[in-house]
Amino acid sequence: MIGFQTLLKKEILRFWKVAFQTVAAPVLTSMLYLLIFAHVMAGSNAAFPGIEYQQFLIPGLAMMTMLQNAFANSSSSLIQSKITGNILFILLPPLTPWNFYGAYVLAAVVRGLAVGAGVFAVGLFLAHIPVHSFIWILVFALFGSAMMAALGIIAGLWADKFDQIAAFQNFIIMPLTFLSGVFYSIQSLPIFWQNLSHLNPFFYMIDGFRYGFFGRSDVSVWLSLAVTMGAFFCLSVATLHLLKSGYKLRQ
Amino acid sequence: MIYAVDVQNVEKKYGSFSALAGVSLRVEEGEFFALLGPNGAGKTTLISALAGLVRVSAGKLSVMGHDVVTDYRAARKALGIVPQEIVFDPFFSVRETLQFQAGYFGIAHTAVLDAWIDELLAKLSLTDKADQNMRQLSGGMKRRVLVAQALVHRPPVIVLDEPTAGVDVELRQTLWSFIRELNAKGHTILLTTHYLEEAQQLCSRIAMMKQGKIVAMDTTEHLLNAFSERVLRVKLADELPAVLVARRGKQSGKSENSWHSFSLQDYREVETLLLQLREAGAVITNLEVTEPELEEVFVKIMHQSDVPIGETMSELPGAGA
Repeated sequence: MIGFQTLLKKEILRFWKVAFQTVAAPVLTSMLYLLIFAHVMAGSNAAFPGIEYQQFLIPGLAMMTMLQNAFANSSSSLIQSKITGNILFILLPPLTPWNFYGAYVLAAVVRGLAVGAGVFAVGLFLAHIPVHSFIWILVFALFGSAMMAALGIIAGLWADKFDQIAAFQNFIIMPLTFLSGVFYSIQSLPIFWQNLSHLNPFFYMIDGFRYGFFGRSDVSVWLSLAVTMGAFFCLSVATLHLLKSGYKLRQ
Repeated sequence: MIYAVDVQNVEKKYGSFSALAGVSLRVEEGEFFALLGPNGAGKTTLISALAGLVRVSAGKLSVMGHDVVTDYRAARKALGIVPQEIVFDPFFSVRETLQFQAGYFGIAHTAVLDAWIDELLAKLSLTDKADQNMRQLSGGMKRRVLVAQALVHRPPVIVLDEPTAGVDVELRQTLWSFIRELNAKGHTILLTTHYLEEAQQLCSRIAMMKQGKIVAMDTTEHLLNAFSERVLRVKLADELPAVLVARRGKQSGKSENSWHSFSLQDYREVETLLLQLREAGAVITNLEVTEPELEEVFVKIMHQSDVPIGETMSELPGAGA
């Protein structure tokens, strides 16, 4: 247990010591999106009647930022350790695959939540944000971040270069999160694009998370929960399998 | 009997290349053991297998009786490894690095741990660097931190993989006196090095590896006696007396004609030889006795190319002891 706690503490300190870059920077980016989109789209029809566009935007933007940062945390920590060689320090001790998985996922969730809280803190100045159900908000925030953290571990294990992590982020994570209905309700899209959006797991995480605020969503919140939990479960099983097999860590 | 390190018939293949081709060795508790061999002989692969960084293709390894695969947690707790490459975490200070490393091994942060970390820092002359970031340290200091990291969980078995490569004299001396102290307290030491004089001075037993195999393994003394000789060299004012010509070994070393070498089985022969020289009326103008050197042993063993392991072993006195 001490081994796990230590690794968790180390992983949290790793991003916290450079919080300006790992927490403040993504919050600033989100704030810019908020200001620009809220200005451009002001007065336009939001997805749900009675809800202003910027109110609609803030939860989605917060969730997108959380997901991206949870992924960035575990993947960049691992690739850095692999490239500098100090991954050795956690390969020599008697840490189990579960210790490893738990510490990396939890630290990434903590970063996700810190960034998410930052986005809300800024959002509160710009719009009133209702809360329909705090439980739903928390469930989607936690499991969405945890799922992305597990995906980050897989990417970090697989990659041999920073390049590959950047490609993963820019060509997979970014497009999928951007096209998940953060900036619009997918009901405003043509049928073809609506159907395509339903294949994007990030859509469910954002839709479910938004339900926690407005009590309304594009699809059933239970479906969103099932997709989020299912993705989290599958990626966790895959991550643990890779860690147990020593994939790219132990020759 | 429980061995500190027990390696049985270990093989490691990378495709068709055998990094380890059937290695067996046992290190007893409290030994100071050297693992020698040229680059690429398989020393680091063997150490990595012991640490669980490399998974072997065949065979078994254990540390203090704990199998490194089936009982890896206990095996890793018993093992402290100083890696060959200098690695560090740029996010943390020296003290933080050591606290984290202890934590990974399940050691709670207590006053006892703090005292041990302070002691390690003092022994390795790092006290004044304790709160500096790892990035600010010189290469030699980073290596000392790696030594401290390997010892922070007080492992009974300590493995040093070329710890003195490119390290200054002062650190070498500090390091060896500390490691000797730990050995005297009962820690088992397994060392790989290219500095053969270090191995000769420090280690009671030596294994030599070549192309993934152990080609010689014996006590340092036996190896030296079997493969290297003590030589009495005398410089004479005149020609070597005829009675001693047959006794003279082949001329080697110093090239001047007036130097003559006599190999010795035993130091008592010195007396006899000097007596014979005196009786023959020879005048000695200079004299030296050379000790056997591990370097000579090493070169001889490495040049006995393609000798099957069994034959080499049986040539050695006390082989398999």
